Amino acid sequence: MTQQSGLSKRVKSCALIAPLALFLVFFFAAPLVTMMKTAVSDPVASSALPTVSRALQEWDRASTPSADVQKAFADDLRNITDDELFGDLVRRLNSAKSGFRTLLVKTRNAVAEDQAITDLVAVDKRWRDSAFWIAVQDAAGASLTDRNLLAAVDLQRDTGGAIVSMPEGTSANRTTLFRTMIMAGVVTLCCIAVGLPFAMVAASTTGWKRQLLLGAVLLPLWTSLLVRTAAWYIILQDNGLINLTLQTLGLTSGPVPLIFNRLGVVIAMTHVLLPFMVLPIFSVLIGIPKNLMPAAASLGAPPIRAFLLVLLPLSLRGVVSGALLVFMSALGYYITPALIGGAKDQMISSVIAYYATGAANWGMAGALGIVLLAATMILYVVYLRLSSEEARA
Amino acid sequence: MSDALIHFDKVSKTFGIMTVVDDLDLSIGKGEFVSMLGPSGSGKTTLLMMLAGFESPTSGTISVGGKRVDALPPHKRNMGVVFQNYALFPHMSVADNVAFPLKMRGASRSEIVERVTKALDMVQLGAFHERRPIQLSGGQQQRVALARALVFEPEVVLMDEPLGALDKKLREQMQMDIRDIHHRLGLTIVFVTHDQTEALTMSDRIAIFNHGKIEQIGGPSDIYDHPKTQFVAEFIGETNLLSGKVSSASNGLLTVTLEGGQSIRVASAAALEPGKHVKISVRPERIELRSSGEGQNELKVKISDIVYHGDHLQIQADTGSRSLVIKAPRNVVTSQIGQEVVASFSPEQCWIVS
Ligand SMILES: Nc1ncnc2c1ncn2[C@@H]1O[C@H](COP(=O)(O)OP(=O)(O)OP(=O)(O)O)[C@@H](O)[C@H]1O
Ligand SMILES: [Mg+2]
Repeated sequence: MTQQSGLSKRVKSCALIAPLALFLVFFFAAPLVTMMKTAVSDPVASSALPTVSRALQEWDRASTPSADVQKAFADDLRNITDDELFGDLVRRLNSAKSGFRTLLVKTRNAVAEDQAITDLVAVDKRWRDSAFWIAVQDAAGASLTDRNLLAAVDLQRDTGGAIVSMPEGTSANRTTLFRTMIMAGVVTLCCIAVGLPFAMVAASTTGWKRQLLLGAVLLPLWTSLLVRTAAWYIILQDNGLINLTLQTLGLTSGPVPLIFNRLGVVIAMTHVLLPFMVLPIFSVLIGIPKNLMPAAASLGAPPIRAFLLVLLPLSLRGVVSGALLVFMSALGYYITPALIGGAKDQMISSVIAYYATGAANWGMAGALGIVLLAATMILYVVYLRLSSEEARA
Repeated sequence: MSDALIHFDKVSKTFGIMTVVDDLDLSIGKGEFVSMLGPSGSGKTTLLMMLAGFESPTSGTISVGGKRVDALPPHKRNMGVVFQNYALFPHMSVADNVAFPLKMRGASRSEIVERVTKALDMVQLGAFHERRPIQLSGGQQQRVALARALVFEPEVVLMDEPLGALDKKLREQMQMDIRDIHHRLGLTIVFVTHDQTEALTMSDRIAIFNHGKIEQIGGPSDIYDHPKTQFVAEFIGETNLLSGKVSSASNGLLTVTLEGGQSIRVASAAALEPGKHVKISVRPERIELRSSGEGQNELKVKISDIVYHGDHLQIQADTGSRSLVIKAPRNVVTSQIGQEVVASFSPEQCWIVS
């Protein structure tokens, strides 16, 4: 009886969380996994050479493959009509074994001319070398590659398979990643500089003043990110509000360049992300007992020392959570730097967007996404470590 | 009081239109233990906060040791304050909490270690130096707060309901501890409490607050046995209030005719005109349920209820016009509910209140 009711209770609670779980699976987990799979999947060789990999199954990986295998390979080559796919295949195989470039082109021409060809060794002696066949078998059979992941951090495999840096000037992912971190860090620092005093003031007031201050922070959360960014786009113009004010006050003679540079991006992102700093700090602050500061004063601490020794250390927990939230959100920011930044201020997400929508290179987009995700995860783990240590202390 | 250490002179405090402390005069002597007792909202905390410097008086002056302190910020007043909810710093160890006031005063490292150890030993927490406040029980936290307020040897220690959050047993233990420390160190303590027993057992003097004024101030027995007003009589302990009219006065004895016709005699220094309405307070434990010696007041009553209280019985007795509460030792009561008996008390044990 009780067991039965326990079971039905469990069924009921499962049914209650089912919608959320399904939602998460379909709209979060599944796309995430798909993107990650795209990043490491390697479809070129297997799609360009569909039959040869089955023909090679019986092969001993040492002798020259049988005539059947050679025919299958010749058929596959002949069937490649897409030059781009052929190019990808050449690059893929050449990266595994050098010499494939000339070999494949020569072989392709030969099989195209002679439809009945079966003996590839006759076309080129190199086909007697099992190393080439091994490369074909590995490529056609393999479904995973680390090429995109390496490229995401400006690395590649050399012809021997060792991981090396890409030649100078061919890719700027590492620079962009580094810049993204720096920008996110700067934005986080700015958010702390503005958010901490703000939260303290908000927490120290009561009634309508507190509501007003919190409303001022929360209001941006209720407007769309695009609208807020567009507003900054207008305000930061050379003849926008800020520059007009500065010039009217006579503080500057000409307009200060605020847009299409890093300063503008930092200003706009700080504003957009400020709520994520203020709210955690605020919630920590209002949890601090009201009588701690009077206690410090009664024990002889002047206001500034009381602040430094009591209030500041106690609010640090909020600062850390806020900093984490801001930093992690800032890492993935796209719209704001895209609209307000210049070419040199683009963050990693615009590179991802370029690969995803511009170059249709889903593999690279996925790989950069993974790198970003990994960086965020590492940060989060560090945070968890620190906070659990603090809780234990 | 000429040797007063703390002196409130016509101190008032208003918040908006509400007068919280009303034209109050109070002197507290050096080494005295003064309790402030009163109902919630009567201004006790506000008075304490003005003394500590967290609130400033709307009018009037406060002086300590002959010097006015109105303009002095809290951190320069050198008073130990024990707050109701301890107010320990959660991010510091017990030892750091206690060391805090010493660090503020620029004491040397070795001196800090020595005095912190001494202070924690005094409150029997010598083994807890490295603990965090949350790892301590309520009573231990309270003792840390006490050690922290005493370690810098302030002249005056202010305590705002320091024992309010503790259970009965612990509270009684801490009451003894605080009294003990008070005697040993000769501190001046201003102690705010809700708890009349606490005030009665600990204080040299008790100030009874009502609506921002001191209704009565005096030693515990003074307050208990000779309450001046109905408010004080009812606030401290239990009491029976009888009302009646003075019918004659002679030799410091008033004869009062109560509602319902019975009459009693009341010792009173003040000679009151016959015909005046008065209220008389009689403590429940002063009434005996039998006719006794010459000169006693005797009221005919009918017992309506007897409640068992462990060490004593509480008896409700009806005089015909009102109900009396009587506290009697268990072994002397032989009466039953419904029985008509005589309740007696001496004229010295009842008291006219205004
Ligand atoms: N900062 C303030 N602003 C406005 N009113 C206040 C303020 N502080 C206290 N009061 C009011 O003053 C009155 C007295 O408060 P106080 O705290 O002194 O009472 P108390 O005697 O300590 O009461 P309790 O026993 O409940 O602690 C209360 O009505 C309270 O609402
Ligand atoms: Mg109070």
